[in-house]
Amino acid sequence: MFWINIISGIVIIGILGFFGIRELITDPVYFLELVLGGLTRGSIYALIALGYTMVYGIIQLINFAHGEIYMIGAMTSLIVASVLGLWGWNSAVIVILAFVFAIVYSCAYGFTVEKIAYKPLRTAPRLSALISAIGMSLFLQNYVMLAQTPEFMPYESLIPDYNFWEPYAHIMTSVELTIIITTIVVMILLGMLIKFTRIGKAMRATAQDKVMSSLVGINVNKVISTTFVVGSATAAIGGVLIACHVGQINFMIGFLAGLKAFIAAVLGGIGSVPGAVLGSLVLGISESFFTGYFWSEYEDVFAFTILVVILIFRPSGILGRKETEKV
Amino acid sequence: MKSFFKSLVLASLALIVFAAPGFADTIKIGSGGVISGDLAPYGISALRGCEIAVEDINAKGGVLGKQLELLVGDDVCKPEVSVNMATKLVSDGAQMIVGHVCSGATIAANKIYKDAGLIVISPASTNDDLTLKGEHPNFFRTISYDGAQATLMTSFVKNELKATKIALIHDKGDYGKGQMELARKNFEALGGVEIVLFEGVTTGAVDFTAIVQKIKRSKAEVTMWGGYHSDASKIVQLLKKKRVKTTFFGGDGIIGDNFTTLAGKYAEGVYATGPNDTSNNPLYIELTKKHQAKYGEDPGTFFHNAYACVQALANAAEKAGSLDKEKLKAALKANKIQSPIGEIGFDDKGDVIGAGFSVYKVIDGKYQQVN
Repeated sequence: MFWINIISGIVIIGILGFFGIRELITDPVYFLELVLGGLTRGSIYALIALGYTMVYGIIQLINFAHGEIYMIGAMTSLIVASVLGLWGWNSAVIVILAFVFAIVYSCAYGFTVEKIAYKPLRTAPRLSALISAIGMSLFLQNYVMLAQTPEFMPYESLIPDYNFWEPYAHIMTSVELTIIITTIVVMILLGMLIKFTRIGKAMRATAQDKVMSSLVGINVNKVISTTFVVGSATAAIGGVLIACHVGQINFMIGFLAGLKAFIAAVLGGIGSVPGAVLGSLVLGISESFFTGYFWSEYEDVFAFTILVVILIFRPSGILGRKETEKV
Repeated sequence: MKSFFKSLVLASLALIVFAAPGFADTIKIGSGGVISGDLAPYGISALRGCEIAVEDINAKGGVLGKQLELLVGDDVCKPEVSVNMATKLVSDGAQMIVGHVCSGATIAANKIYKDAGLIVISPASTNDDLTLKGEHPNFFRTISYDGAQATLMTSFVKNELKATKIALIHDKGDYGKGQMELARKNFEALGGVEIVLFEGVTTGAVDFTAIVQKIKRSKAEVTMWGGYHSDASKIVQLLKKKRVKTTFFGGDGIIGDNFTTLAGKYAEGVYATGPNDTSNNPLYIELTKKHQAKYGEDPGTFFHNAYACVQALANAAEKAGSLDKEKLKAALKANKIQSPIGEIGFDDKGDVIGAGFSVYKVIDGKYQQVN
C-alpha cells in the first residue's frame, strides 16, 4: 500500500506538472491570474476554515453554524456601513468601524451559540451536538431572512480602487490584494496567539486532553469560549472581505462558503491550524485551475473529487494527526 | 321537526330545478393553471386576469347575449394532475379554455382539450413545441415563445452589435442553459460568428473570478448570460473590476430593477431582452388600478396576458357569431384586439402577433428600450 501511494502520487504530480509547465510557458499572464484568483478564493476559505478546525481540535465538534457566523459578519458590516454612509462619515472611518462591528457582533453570536447549543450537550453523544449545530445553522439563516430580507442586497465595496495599483488591476483587483494581505496578517497574528500567549497554551493543552488540563487548573469552559470567539472573528473578517469582492449578500451566502471551507479544513486535516490554511489554498487554487483550463460546470464536482482522493490516501488529511477515531 | 326537514329538502330541490335553466344560459370558460404550491403566484396572477376580464365583459352585456362564467382548476404545475383537471373542466361543461401556465402542464392537458374539441389560449406557456410542432391545432397564446427571444438576442448581437466572438455562459438550470443552447443553435445557423466559450457556472458560488478570467482570455466581444439576476450581477461586477472589455447581454432573467439595484454602477451598458414594455398602454394602466382596488396589491406577471386571453375569446365569439370550433379559430386568426398588452392578433400557428420581446440597455441606471 505504501508503494502504491508513492507511485500514484508521483504519477499524478508528474501529469499535473507537465500540463502546468506547458500552460505556464504558453500563457504566463493567464496562469498568474488563475493562481492569484485561486489564492484569493483560498484565503477566504482559510479564514472560515480556521473556525471549523479550531473548534474541532478542541471539542471534536463540526460547528455547522459557522458559515452563518460568516454571513452575520457580512450583514452587520453592511448595516453599519450603510448607516454611517448616510450620516456622511469619512470612508476610512466607515471601513474600520464596519470591520470592528462585524467582528464584535460575530464574536457575540459565536459565543452565544456555543453557550446555548453546545455547552449543555458537552457530555452527550457527539451526534447530539452535531444535530444541534445543524439546527442552529437553520435557525440563524431563517432568523436573518426574517429580520432582514430574503432578497439579495447590493454591497458597496468598502475597499476603494487604489490608484497606485491601477496598472495591475486587470490581473488582480485592489480588493483581492487586500484580501490576500489581510489573510496573511490574520494568520500571523493567530499563529502568535496560539504559540506565545497563555490562552494559546491553554488551547493547545485543552486540545490534547480536556480532563488533564482541567486538573492542572485550566478553565476549560473559558478556553472553549475563547476558541469560538476567535474563530468567529476570523469568519467575520472573511465575510466582510468576500462581500466587498462579490458586491452582494443575502442570508444564504454562509451555506456554500461554509461547506467549501469545511471541505478545505478536512482536506488539510481537521483539527490542525496550518492544515486548514494549506487545505484552503490547495482547494482554492485547484478550483481556479480547473475552471480556467477545463470546465467550470464541474468545479464543485472537482472540489469533492479532490477531497475523496486525498482522504483515500491520507484519511486524516494532508497535515492531520494520524490517529484512529470513531465518528 | 320532521316537517321542517321535509320543507328544507323540498326547498333545495326547488332551488336546483329553478336554478338549472339559469346556469344553462351562460358561456363557461375554464381557467386552468397553478394556484397552489411554490409557483402559485404565476397562476394566481393569470386567474385574477380572467376574473376581472369576465367581470368587465359581463358588465358590458356578455358575449352573444349570454353572461360568461369562470370554472377554475388547479394543476399544481404537474402534467399528471393537469390531465385530471382538464378532464374535470371538460365534464363540467367548459366551452373555451384559458390556460395553462406551466408549459409541461399545458402540453399534457392539450390532448384532453383536443379530443373535446375546445379552443385553448394560454397566457403564460412559452415552450416552442406547443405551437411550432403543429400537434395542437386548437392552441393559441398571448405570450411570445422561448425561441423568439433567442432569435431576437442572436440577431441583435450579430447585426446591431456586430460581434464576431461570443461567449455563452449559463447557470446550468433549465431556463438559463436552454436559452443559451437555443442561442448557440441560432448562431450556428446564422454563421459568421464564432462561439469562443460555452460554460456553466454554479449558482451562488463564492467567487466567479476564474470564469471571468476565462472570458477575458477568450477575447469575446459579447458575453451572453442565461440565468437570473444575482449571479449575473456578480459576473458583471467582476468583468468591470478586471477591466474586461466585453458587452454583457442577458435574457428576461435579468430584466427589471432587481438587477440594476444589485449591480449598481456596474450595470451601466448591459443589454437584455425582455417582454415589450406596455406599461404606457391606457388599458394596462386602468387594469392595474382595478387590480389594486380589488386585491390591494400590484398585479402579478401574467395578469395582463390572461386578461387579453379572455378578451380575445370573447371577441372571436362575437365575430364568429357562434361557439363552433372552426369558426372561432378563423375569427381568432382574422381579428385584432385592443388588449392591455397592445394591439394583438394571432398567426396561423396560434402564436401572438404584436406582443413580443424587445432589447433593453441599462442607461443611467435604468433599462431603456433600444430597438
